[in-house]
Amino acid sequence: MIRVTLPYHLRTLARVEDEVTVDVQGEVTLRSVLDALETQYPMLRGTIRDHVTGERRPFLRFFACEEDLSHQSPDTPLPDAVATGAEPLVVLGAIAGG
Amino acid sequence: MSGVRVLVGTRKGAFILTSDAKREKWDVSGPHFAGWEIYHAKGSPVDPDRLYVSQSSGWFGQIIQRSDDGGKTWFQPGTPPGEPTTTPEGMPLAESNKFVYDTSEETGAPLTTHQFYDGTQKPWVFKRVWHLEPSLSDPDTVYAGVEDAALFQSTDGGKTWHELSGLRGHGTGPSWQPGAGGMCLHSVILDPSDPGRIFIAISAAGAFRTDDAGKTWKPINRGLHSLYIPDPTAEVGHCVHHIAMSPSRPNVLFMQKHWDVLRTDDAGENWHEVSGNLPTDFGFVIDVHAHEPETIYVVPIKSDSEHYVADGKLRVYRSRTGGNEWEALTNGLPQSNCYVNVLRDAMAVDSLDSCGIYFGTSGGQVYASADAGDNWAPIVRDLPPVLSVEVQVLK
Repeated sequence: MIRVTLPYHLRTLARVEDEVTVDVQGEVTLRSVLDALETQYPMLRGTIRDHVTGERRPFLRFFACEEDLSHQSPDTPLPDAVATGAEPLVVLGAIAGG
Repeated sequence: MSGVRVLVGTRKGAFILTSDAKREKWDVSGPHFAGWEIYHAKGSPVDPDRLYVSQSSGWFGQIIQRSDDGGKTWFQPGTPPGEPTTTPEGMPLAESNKFVYDTSEETGAPLTTHQFYDGTQKPWVFKRVWHLEPSLSDPDTVYAGVEDAALFQSTDGGKTWHELSGLRGHGTGPSWQPGAGGMCLHSVILDPSDPGRIFIAISAAGAFRTDDAGKTWKPINRGLHSLYIPDPTAEVGHCVHHIAMSPSRPNVLFMQKHWDVLRTDDAGENWHEVSGNLPTDFGFVIDVHAHEPETIYVVPIKSDSEHYVADGKLRVYRSRTGGNEWEALTNGLPQSNCYVNVLRDAMAVDSLDSCGIYFGTSGGQVYASADAGDNWAPIVRDLPPVLSVEVQVLK
């Protein structure tokens, strides 16, 4: 069971109030977690990754275990703490303006 | 008794304002899709309870929302509640949010480049839906004008979208360029007398027309004169802000260009300026009275460097002569210390016997006039900045 923390607007879009959990078969990577997330919450497809290219949208970041994973390969295994459910994968909206 | 429903898109959500035909007392619902930019919301003329909404965000992209009950409940048509959330192959749905330029050999056009602000060429990249135009005859058919400029069509109630690529593939794409708001297709007008004829406008490319339901397009910008492009009378490259048509006379269109108000009497083949005695002919909105095809409305804005009304006065200008001779309409509108803008899709007219006019401002006010502009009153004063206003008459 993988825990995923979503930004407010994606929680409202997915109609969830809190952290969500997804099941991933096989290796736990950004790609496999996001695939599982989009399968469970299809309304999120295109909001985190581009519909066509699959690239991370520019104003979003991925954090876990106090690390910025935004720029690593989507096929890199996520930290064990994410894979075991001890820590969430955080999808974060980058702040613009101030 | 009939009533009206006003659909308001703002920077932070959608609002629905309803009233009876007197248009004096209003109920306000919203914000719907709180915190999201709502570039446009519009109802089907065939089924007024069928509403389409463009919800978008710089962070999270484009969402299409639909209501089948007049805005009480909403859903994304590509992911209807209760239906499977994936294809049989396991792929997630949400196709309703997917706007992909058609580059297929069968129906598409190659993805070319367009001009950027600095004159360099940039590839077409989808950003958002600016305008949704439901079909005049089928509630499941709807057109979407998008940024970077292209026209999409859905024939299944917004579940899936297909680009009418003849427009983007017209061949002049490399000379199109973004206006200050982006390179957007913001105006879509369907000809009620000819299902094959559609007018569109793009900032900053100009106006185009198809006579074969979107397969082929021609620029219709003869008569436009724009000092800010190298060739002021070029075939394309003009910053058209909005166009409007009276359904009773579909060959007559009115245009608010970046500067200049113009009209055509031959479906866009030739335009001529009708700015006349306007205090400034810069502006965004333009609309036509529902029953008087020579009565038109604009809101002059001081300049392209100062996007607010002139002299601190919010004035709608009305011409009853199809342009050139304009009168200021001020009753009920602030006439001092007012510095708002009125954006291109933020004016609408209703079709009640006494034509109602509505517009929304960058200051969050939505004003209504139940007597064709003679007198105005705010429906709401403190919404987020208004991006679009549409109105429906309910039987």
